[in-house]
Amino acid sequence: MNYFYYPGCSLTGSAREYDLATRAVLAAAGATLTEIDDWTCCGASAAAPISHLLSLSLSARNLALAEGMASDGDVLVPCSACYLNLKKAHTVLKTDADGRARINAALSAVNLTARGRGRVRHLLDVLATDLGSGGLAPLMARSLSGLSVAPYYGCQCLRPFVEFDNPERPVSMAPLIEATGADVFAWEMGARCCGAALVNTQPEAGLKRVAAILRAAKGADLIVTVCPMCQINLDAWQAKASRIAGEDLSISVLYLPQLLGLAMGLSAEALGLNLNLVILEGVREKIER
Amino acid sequence: MNQSNEPNTHPLAAIQSMVRACIQCGTCTGSCPNADEMDLTPRHMWRRVIMGHLDRIMTSRTFILCSDCYTCTLRCPRGLPLTDAMEMLKGIAFARQEKKHRHPRHFYEQFLATVRRHGRIRELEFMSRYFTTVRNPMVPLRFAPMGLKLIQKGKVELGFGHATDTPLAPLFDKVAAMDQAAPESAAEEDQA
Ligand code: SF4
Ligand code: SF4
Repeated sequence: MNYFYYPGCSLTGSAREYDLATRAVLAAAGATLTEIDDWTCCGASAAAPISHLLSLSLSARNLALAEGMASDGDVLVPCSACYLNLKKAHTVLKTDADGRARINAALSAVNLTARGRGRVRHLLDVLATDLGSGGLAPLMARSLSGLSVAPYYGCQCLRPFVEFDNPERPVSMAPLIEATGADVFAWEMGARCCGAALVNTQPEAGLKRVAAILRAAKGADLIVTVCPMCQINLDAWQAKASRIAGEDLSISVLYLPQLLGLAMGLSAEALGLNLNLVILEGVREKIER
Repeated sequence: MNQSNEPNTHPLAAIQSMVRACIQCGTCTGSCPNADEMDLTPRHMWRRVIMGHLDRIMTSRTFILCSDCYTCTLRCPRGLPLTDAMEMLKGIAFARQEKKHRHPRHFYEQFLATVRRHGRIRELEFMSRYFTTVRNPMVPLRFAPMGLKLIQKGKVELGFGHATDTPLAPLFDKVAAMDQAAPESAAEEDQA
């Protein structure tokens, strides 16, 4: 399995552990990642309100670079916001001739052309569909039994494009968690919005979203995420959310590939575990054996 | 109240055509995780959009509180592109430099300015420019504890010894020229 890898800005900064764990787990599972040369920002949620064409063109630039590297292949994206932006651009390139012409007119300023070849895939899709729990289970070197794990999907890997899971009641993480020997914590908040950038632009509203999710996860040992925005909201802002909510909402938050990597016997360093902000002692003892 | 009653030149025209089929069922409001903080619920917002109440809409926090979760878009029984519509309202408010929404506008603009200069986001540069433009000492204070935590972990892209630096000014300029020439076409793509 070969993929063009688009890390996106978060995975070179605040989400470095997600990058490390993704590369380590996919390498251990026999998949080959080729990072897109000279990739640039997808525009995040900032470009679209300012210019729809800018948002599409920033994303399409990266697709054009991947197309220039080989004739075919899927683009693999771990960040849900990047995934959605790249997927929107890809959909316009594939299905809307006028839109494609406008994007390529813009890209001509940087001497690139995008066609919309291959597919844009979220990391969770690749883990759940291409590798699957059946493919990953034999790679598990130890069991994480006794751990209760709350799968947190967030929004943009599930909606509005319905590709690999139910956008209301997602289930694709469950078999992957079970493959590690851990239990899946039953809750209703897996697809509930974490507030996204609201913690930055409208903190009172954003922190309420975070608090509601953390409160619902009480009883689980940890939450697993598949998006740097979800991770930073639930991980880095949980102290502040606890203070505002007036109750202790602390819980360990890991990226899904970190959990898988631990069960596969990969080292804590290889998975960037020292970079997570919150791993509670009890959980650390259970996972770092 | 309206600047113009001509449907094609009304600033809300594109969004009106996106939500005209709304039957006011309230599913969007019931689905929205942020509806409790909004001064106009999503359902109410679409009503105002159809009525063309631009001034009231522009002073609303509703679209600023949209976190792009796509739950309303997924559930609307009329299949309307509501998240895109919220995004376009944000865009109109930013373009009009609405005073009420200057903080989020600066946040988005400084983010993009960093991307234009370097191709990728550089958190430290982006945040310090954002703090400079908002000129409100409370804003950096709010971020300081977490910023320090992240810097201690080496998780902030400081931009030193950076391997890649791909200025995207030509792409930004080209898009701006194209948007200038055909300002409505971006909106119309969304209706397809
Ligand atoms: S869910 Fe759709 S039809 Fe119902 S009120 Fe909202 S926009 Fe209108
Ligand atoms: S996309 Fe925006 S308006 Fe729609 S449900 Fe989510 S937060 Fe509410």
